[in-house]
Amino acid sequence: MIDLVGKRHIWYLISAIAIIPGLISLVVFGVNQGIDFTGGTSWELEMTQRESVTTEEVRAILDENGYPESVVQISEGNTVLIRMKELSEGSEAKASIENAFRQQFGEFEELQIETVGPTVGREIRNRAIIAVGLASLGVLAYIAYAFRKTQAPLRYGTCAILAMLHDIIFVLGLFSILGWVADVEIDALFVTAILTIMGFSVHDTIVVFDRIRENLESHAAPTFEETVNYSVGQTMVRSLNTSVTVVLTLLALYLFGGESTRWFVFALLVGVIAGTYSSIFNASQLLVSWENGEIARFFRLGSGSKPRTKTAS
Amino acid sequence: MRSRSNLVLLGIVLVTLVTTWISLPTDFLDIAGFKEDNDIYIHEGLDLQGGLQVILEARPPDGQSIGSDELNGTRDTIERRVSGLGVSEPLIQTRGSNQIVVELPGIDDPDAAISLLQETALLEIIDTQGTPLNVGTRVNTSLGPAFLPTATATPTAMGEVTAEAEGTPTTEGTPAAGETATPEGSPTAPAAPTVDGPTYEVVVSGADIKDAYPTRDQFGGIVVGFELEGDAADRFFQYTSTHIGQPMSIVVDKIVINTATINSAISNQGIINGLSAQQVSDLSLQLKSGALEVPLEVVQSRTVGPTLGQDSIDKSIVAGIVGLSLVAIMMILYYRLPGLLSIVALLIYTSVVFALFKLIPVTLTLAGIAGFILSIGMAVDANVLIFSRLKDEIRTGRPIRNAIEAGFDHAWPSIRDSNIATMITCVILYWFGRYTGASIIQGFALTLFIGVVVSMFTAIIVTRTLLRVLLNIRPITDQWWLGVEHTRDTSAGVAD
Repeated sequence: MIDLVGKRHIWYLISAIAIIPGLISLVVFGVNQGIDFTGGTSWELEMTQRESVTTEEVRAILDENGYPESVVQISEGNTVLIRMKELSEGSEAKASIENAFRQQFGEFEELQIETVGPTVGREIRNRAIIAVGLASLGVLAYIAYAFRKTQAPLRYGTCAILAMLHDIIFVLGLFSILGWVADVEIDALFVTAILTIMGFSVHDTIVVFDRIRENLESHAAPTFEETVNYSVGQTMVRSLNTSVTVVLTLLALYLFGGESTRWFVFALLVGVIAGTYSSIFNASQLLVSWENGEIARFFRLGSGSKPRTKTAS
Repeated sequence: MRSRSNLVLLGIVLVTLVTTWISLPTDFLDIAGFKEDNDIYIHEGLDLQGGLQVILEARPPDGQSIGSDELNGTRDTIERRVSGLGVSEPLIQTRGSNQIVVELPGIDDPDAAISLLQETALLEIIDTQGTPLNVGTRVNTSLGPAFLPTATATPTAMGEVTAEAEGTPTTEGTPAAGETATPEGSPTAPAAPTVDGPTYEVVVSGADIKDAYPTRDQFGGIVVGFELEGDAADRFFQYTSTHIGQPMSIVVDKIVINTATINSAISNQGIINGLSAQQVSDLSLQLKSGALEVPLEVVQSRTVGPTLGQDSIDKSIVAGIVGLSLVAIMMILYYRLPGLLSIVALLIYTSVVFALFKLIPVTLTLAGIAGFILSIGMAVDANVLIFSRLKDEIRTGRPIRNAIEAGFDHAWPSIRDSNIATMITCVILYWFGRYTGASIIQGFALTLFIGVVVSMFTAIIVTRTLLRVLLNIRPITDQWWLGVEHTRDTSAGVAD
C-alpha cells in the first residue's frame, strides 16, 4: 500500500504552491468583474462585410462617441466584443455608434447586446456571495448528518468544506491572474461554475469519507491514520476515473462548444481537476492531521512565534 | 429473481422506447398528431433562439411607493401589450417588490419592443378653453402636470415630431415623451421642473377607453379609432355638444398629438389622426391594453441575434457527441462488459433526460446544454463507483454473481451521499438564478439536477438489470470480462 497519508505535508505544500500566487493576485488586484456585477453593456457584433477588423478601428469610433474606456476584443477575424459603460437600447448614443460602424465596416449583424444597470449588478454580487455561503452551510449540515454515527461528524464536514475552499480559491485566484493577463472577466456564469465546482468537490470527497466510515466500522486497519490511507488508496482510482470522464466531456465542450461558454467551461475544467486533487490529497489527510492534533499544534506554533499583542487586547 | 429481472428489463425497454419516441423531433412518427397537440418540443432559451430579455423596474414618482397590486396590474398591462406583438412564447413575470422580467424570444426589433413596453401611454382629451394648441406642445392637465424633459431623459420619436412642427408622419418610433411624464404626478414633490402655463381640464382619459384599433378616416388616411365606456360617452357627448366649433386636443403623455375642431356632438366613438402608420398601430395597442400604472425603467436588457443561437446549438451537438464517445471508449476499455452496459445505460439516460426536458418543459439554454453534457460525465460516476467495488469484491475471491450484487449494494451509500450534496448545490444555484434575472443559470441548475436524479436511476437499475439478465442467459465465468486481469497482482498497492 502506497503511503499517501504519511506524505501529507508534501501534498499540503503542493496545494499551497498552487494557491498562493492566485491568492496574492486576489489580494493585490482583486478580480476583473464583468458587467453582471458592475453594470454596463456587453455588445457583440459581426462585421459581415469585412474579413477582418482591428481593435484600433473599433476603439477609434467608440472614442469619438464618448466611450473611450471600452474594452474591445476581436475573435474569428470580424466578430467584435465590446464591453463598455451602459449603452441602452434605442438611445441616441447607440444609434450614432451604429452609424459610424456602418460607415466604417458596412452593414453588420448584432449578435447580442446585454445591459445591466449598476444597482442590479450590486444585487447580483451580493446574491452570489450569499449563494456560496448557503451552499457551504447546506453541505456542512448534510455531511454532519450523513456521518452522525462517527465520533466527530462535524470534523468530516469541516474537512470537506476546507478542501472545497481550496478548490474555489484556486479557481478564483487563477481567474484573478487571468483577469489582468488576458482580460478575462468573471460574471454570473462564473458564479455558476464556482457553485458547480463546490458540488463536485464535495461529491468526490464524500466518496472517500464514506470508505473511511465503512473501514472504521469494520476495523480494516489498526490505526486511524492507516485506515484513512487504506481508504484513500481504495478510492483513488475511482476518483481519477470519474474525473477523467468529466474532464473528457468538459474538454469536448471547451474545444467544440460555443465561444460564449468557453471561460465557463474552462473554470469548470480547472475546478474539477483541483477538486479531484483535494479530495485525494487534502480532505482525508486533513482528517488525520486533525486527529493527531497537528492542526492545533500548527496554530499554537503560529501564535507562539508572534508577540502576544493579540491576547493582550 | 430471474422473472423479476425480466420484468424490470421489460419496464426499462418500455421506458426507453417511449422516451426515445418523445426525444426524437416532433414531426418524427407523430402518431395522430399527439406530440404536436401536446406541445411536446424543445423549448429553446433566449440565447439559443435569439430574442430580447428586459428587466423593468418600477419608478413611482417621488414620495409614492408601489404595492404588489400595482406591480401585478402593470404586469398584466405589459402582458396585453406583448400579446399584440405576436411573439410565440413570451414570458412576463414580476420579480421582487418592484421589477418585471420580460422575455420575448425571436423578436427582430428590440428597440421598438422596449419602447412599447415602457411607454406609459396616458391618453387625455382636454378642453383647450378655445385656444388651438400646436402639435407637440407640452401641457398641464387636471390629471397632473407635465414635466420638462430632463438632461438625462432619452429623446424619443415624439421629439422628432415636435421638431418637424406640424406633425409630418415619421416612419419610426412611438408617440410618447420621455419617462418623466407621469400618469399620476404628485403635486407635492415633482422631480423635474414643470411646464409653465394653464392646467387644462380633462374630458376623457385612457381609462375611459373601451376599445382602440387602427382604422381609416373618410379620406383614407390611417387613424386610431376608439370607443368610450358608457359614463365617459355621456360625458363626452355632453362636452362636444356644448362646444361645437371650438378646438379640442388629444394629448398622449402630456404632449399634444392632435388638435381638432369639434364639428358635431360625439358620443361613444372617435378617431385620432395625424399619426404615422407605426404610431397608429403602437398607440392603438397601448390604448387598448391600458396605461401603465407606474413608469418603468429598463435596468437590464439582453438581446441575442438569431444566428448566434443556431451556431451555439450546432457546436453543442458536436461537443455532446464527442464527449459521449470519449466517455464510452474510456469506460469500455477500462471496465469491459460492465463498461459497455454502462454506456447502454448512459444512452437510455440521455433519452430519458431529453424526454423530460420536453415534457416538464425545461427551457434549454447554452449553460443548460453545458450542464447536460457535464452530467453525462457525472452520470457514469455511479457506474465507476459500482464497478470499482465489483472488482474489489472479485479480488477478495467471491463468486462472480455474488460479487456483482455485493458491488451494487456496497456502492449505494457513497452514490446516495455524494449525489445529495450535488443536489443541495443545485437547489441553491436555482435560487441564485432567480435573482440574477438570468434564466441561463436556472436552466443550468435544473438540467444538472434532473441529470443527477435520472443518472442514479439509470446507473443503478438499468446496469444492474442488464448485468443480471445477461448472467441468466449465459453465466460469465471469465473475470476478464469484468475488468479484472487473470494474473492476480497482489503486490500492487492500490486496489481499484
